[in-house]
Amino acid sequence: MLCYSIRCVFCGAEELSTPLFVFQDVQEKETVTPERAEEAKLKAKYPNLGQKPGGSDFLMKRLQKGQKYFDSGDYNMAKAKMKNKQLPSAGPDKNLVTGDHIPTPQDLPQRKSSLVTSKLAG
Amino acid sequence: MQEACRQGAGGGNDIQWCFSQVKGAVDDDVAEADIISTVEFNHSGELLATGDKGGRVVIFQQEQENKTQSHSRGEYNVYSTFQSHEPEFDYLKSLEIEEKINKIRWLPQKNAAQFLLSTNDKTIKLWKISERDKRPEGYNLKEEDGRYRDPTTVTTLRVPVFRPMDLMVEASPRRIFANAHTYHINSISINSDYETYLSADDLRINLWHLEITDRSFNIVDIKPANMEELTEVITAAEFHPNSCNTFVYSSSKGTIRLCDMRASALCDRHSKLFEEPEDPSNRSFFSEIISSISDVKFSHSGRYMMTRDYLSVKIWDLNMENRPVETYQVHEYLRSKLCSLYENDCIFDKFECCWNGSDSIVMTGSYNNFFRMFDRNTKRDITLEASRENNKPRTVLKPRKVCASGKRKKDEISVDSLDFNKKILHTAWHPKENIIAVATTNNLYIFQDKMN
Repeated sequence: MLCYSIRCVFCGAEELSTPLFVFQDVQEKETVTPERAEEAKLKAKYPNLGQKPGGSDFLMKRLQKGQKYFDSGDYNMAKAKMKNKQLPSAGPDKNLVTGDHIPTPQDLPQRKSSLVTSKLAG
Repeated sequence: MQEACRQGAGGGNDIQWCFSQVKGAVDDDVAEADIISTVEFNHSGELLATGDKGGRVVIFQQEQENKTQSHSRGEYNVYSTFQSHEPEFDYLKSLEIEEKINKIRWLPQKNAAQFLLSTNDKTIKLWKISERDKRPEGYNLKEEDGRYRDPTTVTTLRVPVFRPMDLMVEASPRRIFANAHTYHINSISINSDYETYLSADDLRINLWHLEITDRSFNIVDIKPANMEELTEVITAAEFHPNSCNTFVYSSSKGTIRLCDMRASALCDRHSKLFEEPEDPSNRSFFSEIISSISDVKFSHSGRYMMTRDYLSVKIWDLNMENRPVETYQVHEYLRSKLCSLYENDCIFDKFECCWNGSDSIVMTGSYNNFFRMFDRNTKRDITLEASRENNKPRTVLKPRKVCASGKRKKDEISVDSLDFNKKILHTAWHPKENIIAVATTNNLYIFQDKMN
């Protein structure tokens, strides 16, 4: 496997590295497979692709999926903004017993119904 | 090795597929929460569950067969719907935990209630779905609406009795299996012992007992000591349908490992490794990406397993590790489009696959709302489309054909006209009948074979 040396920008230390994949030059072959032709296209558009060493970018990105927020406050603000946009106002639940007496667990509805029901159930 | 497939009128003694039902909104503006993320029939086929990106589960129940309507099987109607998972926030990593339901798996029915496991990226929940058709009436101290009676007005005593009421279907979470996965859960699979199940994330697989939520055993761990050395992740895992000690897991490098839990507590060493050798001269930048296995499913018999990678479906005989016994091309015409499919991320789409009840036909989805079926016996395959344009019941669906290049015949569609936003990632086949459920982005289609 092809190895090359890289030098740390900060301390000058040298290191050997093997990239996970190296583009192979599509030589003048009799037949260029469609995959190789596509690869050449990609290399033409993004010449730096696949040359960074140190682990696969795909896998790292995959392991860290999910939107990152600055902190929980940031997250809750974003959620609140989304909720204001999305939800239709839920009307008063007529079956809810209120006002006459202190409700007991048996009086309350089984489960808080989802404020936005799936359209598959519509 | 069977490679070629003859285009034919249908799969399997020429099943004639007809539209039966479609569920979901008609409008094109799809809310993200409505994106269907999983579809699964239960063991009898009477119930069909869907999960979506909004964390909701909708369960459909098949109507009892109408004796007068012998020309069609029962329709599926909404039976229960509930919010399975809510969005959460991981405070330690400042990352959102999506409520999207990644997988639903049904438990075999043991009593009047139905049980299913549903999972998002981090937490698995066991749900009990039960029916209530009676309620107690005639309390002494309470009115029927729940208000308390004035005790001084009570002059006689009566015994409350159960009276029929309108059917109510209730879903309640019975177990919550949390905090066992650092990475994102991609699979759950119930063991044939019906007591344990596995959950798999990108790097680890855990074994749970259905009754115990505060402990799980780690049975596979492929996390390298140095994360820089990471070369592959786990993409799917499943227990063998009959052998309670056997399970398989697939990887992003196109390999499948079969493990035997009797061999050791930590099954890091596989019992079998299934891998098709690759021609090194054909290797390209895309090779590893398109070889990544997005789904693995055992046949009902347990003799075979099927894997889905980006362009093909492969059938493996568990007794032969060095190559699949059958390979079916799903959309080979995409091989010359890999550059643009990489740019629009479609190359990372995870398609699922499924077997029919007798293991003679396999099905998987594609783009443009097309889905494909391959008959293993006749070697015929068919491409069909899930579209509202075809929704006349009992009209046989017309087969579709994609023209890869050159002159496009009438009724064919060219590769460049395919809509890559219309992907069918999730399909399910009724365990006994020729009834299939096909999920487009936000709609669920049910097709049945034409009964004469």
